[in-house]
Amino acid sequence: MIHSKRPQARTNRIDRTFQQLSTCGRKAFIPYLMAGDPTLARTRQLVLEMEKAGADLIELGVPFSDPVADGPVIARAGERALKQAVSLKAILQLVRDLRQETSIPIILMTYCNPVLALGEGAFFREAESVGVDGVVVPDLPHEEASDFLTLGRTHNVHLIFLIAPTTPLHRARAIAKKATGFIYYVSLTGVTGAKLSGIDATSRRVRALREETHLPVVVGFGISTADEARAVAEVADGIIVGSAIVNRVYDIASHRETADFMQWLKGIKAAV
Amino acid sequence: MPLPNRHGRFGPYGGQYVPETLMPAIQELESAYHVARRDPTFRRALSISLKAYVGRPTPLYFAKRLSGYLGKGKIYLKREDLCHTGAHKINNTLGQILLAKQMGKSRVIAETGAGQHGVATAAAAAWQGLTCEIYMGTEDMARQALNVTRMTLLGARVIGVDTGSRTLKDAISEAMRDWTANVRNTHYILGSVLGPHPYPMMIRDFQSVIGREAKKEILRIEGRLPDCLIACVGGGSNAIGLFYPFLSDLSVKMIGVEAGGLGVETGKHAARFTTGTTSVGVLHGTKTALLQDENGQILPTHSISAGLDYAAVGPEHSFYRDQKRITYASVTDHEALSAFKLLSKIEGILPALESAHAVAHLVRIAPTLKDGEIVILNLSGRGDKDVDQIARKETSP
Repeated sequence: MIHSKRPQARTNRIDRTFQQLSTCGRKAFIPYLMAGDPTLARTRQLVLEMEKAGADLIELGVPFSDPVADGPVIARAGERALKQAVSLKAILQLVRDLRQETSIPIILMTYCNPVLALGEGAFFREAESVGVDGVVVPDLPHEEASDFLTLGRTHNVHLIFLIAPTTPLHRARAIAKKATGFIYYVSLTGVTGAKLSGIDATSRRVRALREETHLPVVVGFGISTADEARAVAEVADGIIVGSAIVNRVYDIASHRETADFMQWLKGIKAAV
Repeated sequence: MPLPNRHGRFGPYGGQYVPETLMPAIQELESAYHVARRDPTFRRALSISLKAYVGRPTPLYFAKRLSGYLGKGKIYLKREDLCHTGAHKINNTLGQILLAKQMGKSRVIAETGAGQHGVATAAAAAWQGLTCEIYMGTEDMARQALNVTRMTLLGARVIGVDTGSRTLKDAISEAMRDWTANVRNTHYILGSVLGPHPYPMMIRDFQSVIGREAKKEILRIEGRLPDCLIACVGGGSNAIGLFYPFLSDLSVKMIGVEAGGLGVETGKHAARFTTGTTSVGVLHGTKTALLQDENGQILPTHSISAGLDYAAVGPEHSFYRDQKRITYASVTDHEALSAFKLLSKIEGILPALESAHAVAHLVRIAPTLKDGEIVILNLSGRGDKDVDQIARKETSP
């Protein structure tokens, strides 16, 4: 018998949400917001309104000075948030506040360095305590992830791994073995917000990934319209929309425009 | 035990912190280099090219007048400024271009700060007939306009980077984004001992030709090892290139010189090791000492020398600093400028502003040198590229 010293992965809001969705044969709609763009107070409002508009999970970006995996839209949003001195600590506080009002699963997308600056242990402890359910770290391949994985298991915060179109099958298998929460399939070879091409290829990859994991497979990077969302959701368990939302949020100047934005979100939700 | 280990670690430093999309390319590079470094055909091709195309070996030159001026030591200059394209950077770009060819890549990209790595990449790409695009911060394009023209003439396209501080750090970020999008046909020729494994190891290996030649030559001339080695440290490729073959010669002192900018107390500098704010973090694929705020945001840096103007240092330097095998110092813009003028007048050699930092530190420690103490200073590049910038500085009030 094998005794693993690793704490076992437990379930949290992410698993329960995917379970519920799958029971009713539905797919997850996961909008992304850059936390603190334009302000943390606005992010808080938007999260609550997006939940009403049909978001199933929420992904919050943590701004970083050198976001190598992001295209210009999210990179600029990060710069704006950093001008407001938005820090990882402040975002954890935002999640704590949000938990007074919502139990929607919340995922943080953060580069390594802000987490290291806070301390990995302190970060995961705090993430659990405020109610973060998952973390995506775009510059942390599975080879470098053992500390994060152990801490994630201990604190019941899922470490969510990315798989890219360039990832060969043997590597995808190794990643799927370690993954918790869900698999984040990157739909294009490039940075966030680039133009999606080849939905057929994405569909093929997602189908192949399903053979390798029991976890939900979610697709992100480059999905910007209801049509794209519909096509991808046919094969995936959920879709993430990032840059297209960040772009719209930046342009909102009135209540009227907020309402239009929520209407647009509902359109995406209806498509998945 | 050889460093790095097979996970690309120099003790706690190094590693591979890159987006998943790039991991297969990094691993492909790792195995291609693993084969190439042992392959006699590859090694011969590189060594012949370094001789015929770069002009190696570069001289180890006894700087008699400088030694006399400083008083006691015997100062030798390793003349990397005499390399084709004007700096040590080409030792690395030739190695990487041959690898890129072997991996079947048709296009190369690179970042550049001072423009020396960009010029060396453009030349290497022209030499092998590969398409070449260079990312350069617009701030650096302004202060190194001559090198922009040189790259263009060498057939490269120079892409200005207008994000963040518009310097080297931002050029690397943009090059990594390009690589992420074009990873199938493109090789990224990183210019210093930075980035994810295998770059710090591979670039060190390509640059250590500097130290091997220097060692052989000083033993021939002086019949003994030098007492001290000095080199400037931005990412740290010329320094590790000189130091590496001497690491196990414990009698040889090694000093890396960082950019003190307007003075470390002003906060406007790139001295990662010599200030109180240094800490360990992850930037551009590697874990190392870097300048960051308490929230893990990378701090802007300042140096008169674009090639030293970067917030992180190569992971191997972080390791040997902890081991106290290499010591680090910093000199200000002002001191570097004075050293530039000194070497120009006293030896008839215009040093690159980067290399002038090493000269400035030598001037500072000269009073502590013993009679006949042998110092080898890596003159990593020539200063022609800096003449414009200096002329402008001199005429402005």
